[in-house]
Amino acid sequence: MSQAQQPAAASAFLQIHEVVKDFGGYKAVNNVSIDIAKGEIFALLGSSGCGKTTLLRMLAGFETPTSGKIILNGTDLAGLLPYERPLNMMFQSYALFPHLTVWENVAFGLKRDGLPKDQIATQVEAMLKLVQLSKFAKRKPHQLSGGQQQRVALARSLAKKPQLLLLDEPLGALDKKLREETQIELVNIIENVGVTCVMVTHDQEEAMTMASRIAVMSEGRFLQVGAPSDIYETPATRFVADFIGNVNLMDGTLTEDQPDHVVISCADCTHYVGHGITGTEGMTVTVALRPEKIRLETQKPATEHNQVQGTVKDMSYFGSYTVYHLALPSGQVLKVSESNTERHRDKPLTWGDSAWACWTPTAQVVLTA
Amino acid sequence: MKSLRSWFTGRAAVIGVPYVWLLLFFLLPFLIVMKISVSEMETVNFKDLITLKDGVLQLALRFGNYVFITEDDLYFKTYLSSLKYAAVTTVLCLFIGYPFAYFMARAKATVQPALLMLVMLPFWTSFLLRVYAWKGLLSEHGWAYDFITATRLDLALAAGGLIPAPGQLMNTPFSLVLGMTYTYLPFMILPLYSNLAKMDLRLLEAATDLGATAWVAFWKITVPLSKAGIIAGSMLVFIPCVGEFVIPELLGGPQTLMIGRVMWDEFFSNNDWPMASTVAVVMVLLIIVPLAIFSKYQAEAQEARK
Repeated sequence: MSQAQQPAAASAFLQIHEVVKDFGGYKAVNNVSIDIAKGEIFALLGSSGCGKTTLLRMLAGFETPTSGKIILNGTDLAGLLPYERPLNMMFQSYALFPHLTVWENVAFGLKRDGLPKDQIATQVEAMLKLVQLSKFAKRKPHQLSGGQQQRVALARSLAKKPQLLLLDEPLGALDKKLREETQIELVNIIENVGVTCVMVTHDQEEAMTMASRIAVMSEGRFLQVGAPSDIYETPATRFVADFIGNVNLMDGTLTEDQPDHVVISCADCTHYVGHGITGTEGMTVTVALRPEKIRLETQKPATEHNQVQGTVKDMSYFGSYTVYHLALPSGQVLKVSESNTERHRDKPLTWGDSAWACWTPTAQVVLTA
Repeated sequence: MKSLRSWFTGRAAVIGVPYVWLLLFFLLPFLIVMKISVSEMETVNFKDLITLKDGVLQLALRFGNYVFITEDDLYFKTYLSSLKYAAVTTVLCLFIGYPFAYFMARAKATVQPALLMLVMLPFWTSFLLRVYAWKGLLSEHGWAYDFITATRLDLALAAGGLIPAPGQLMNTPFSLVLGMTYTYLPFMILPLYSNLAKMDLRLLEAATDLGATAWVAFWKITVPLSKAGIIAGSMLVFIPCVGEFVIPELLGGPQTLMIGRVMWDEFFSNNDWPMASTVAVVMVLLIIVPLAIFSKYQAEAQEARK
């Protein structure tokens, strides 16, 4: 079973247990189980249509699970309507009330609880201070920039001190530069408040920088759950390896199976992997190799394995790094990413140059699924 | 100096068309009506307003009709009663039309065109015929009459003063308001529908998420956001209702004073064109002035948002 099951801790704050959502025969969410600890920022990552939003909407109560249970802090959410659930959601592109001011937007949820006026005012002001929007209290949402609107949405969803905060593509509506700044800020605020958080995103960078754990979803299932570095460094399946970041995938056969190392022979090269795997000689496996873990040399390296010669077919210059597309003899293209070497190398590589790509025995991940 | 060619650009022509239209078919006739209202009748003709007599240029404006309007309380009462019936009709249209438009806008996308069609279907029959039909329905042994008397609703109507006595439905305030509400309902539904259909439903989810029940979300989110549709629909019903003539003539009774009928009487029964014109001018001003103030306020509010 590829799904990395977390041990079901008794103290799990949010338990999603075998949840299925069937839309007339199409299973948008297909038997998903996960335990989320208090204070965690948990990201559901996947491309559109993978079921991540449906799962989030089931947490919020906008969709009802076909089967399975969702338990928050010991309470089964099944019987609770959206407005009765002790959780709040920050909607995609915010869904701020356009006819209300920033202050009224933040106060909306508190007023529904029938709190006394002075208590509402104190809480709204605290929230606006938290997101640094105190002086915009009287503005209407459309008078604010995208980043400010995002902060109003955050303040509104935190105002009722929810036990669980749901974020639906929290930064999707911001441009790249602002997104990077906001990611850190958002995480800081969430950690300050100490609220448990489930977020949905299709942006792997967003998931990696913000979440403490990520679930990679596809076709309604969790493919892998783990810390960002686990998912990136040791992807469990071909799909996860390919979905998260850039990767070179090489199919090959296991030719030497030792407890401390294995050798895999592929069309263009042989891989020496410095750890054992569960498998038998002769089985077909896939080697995943990240572009940044490959080095380019102009001379043939002395090692026997983990090297291949190719021709530079394409180069993409990104400023701080360059991605070389190395055409291998079999026709496969090997992506190699190098930090900016413009002022280090005597003669920079260019189109048509021949080069050796080499990597260490710990660089690869062997995928058997 | 600019050549004629540069003045008469395509842009000016496009913008000019509605202006010329309004000038020819609204402003000019209105000025003529204003002129008639201050003219003196001379048997069947009007006297010229400006005359050159013995080298003296004379401008003769007769304001007697305007003075008379303020003195005779018939006109004041008629204006008031016109405004009252128009307001009642508008409120009824709003109360019937809002749920109607709401359910249309929230219906499945596939059935919406059919529902829209049903709202517009009455327009395929002449308005006059449809009002005549109510005459038949409300007179004795008409279907509506039988229904209302059988269910004893006429007792409640009589108690409310809408009909003079149980069993007498035609030519009453009841039949008038019924006819006007029936006729103008689509004008309320259509702008409300187009407004409500555009609404972002995620706002309702956001309200629900923040603890609002469906009922609270409706009053706090849907209704305020449909303000523009409510205003547009109310204007479209209220304004023509104030000056309505055909419906009061066919369905209204002696009790139901409407300014349209008074105008008709002045024009065609009394043949007092200056008086009729005066009534018309005052009516237009009574409607236009509040509207202008309102739209100025709206424009300022719009400006303040920027």
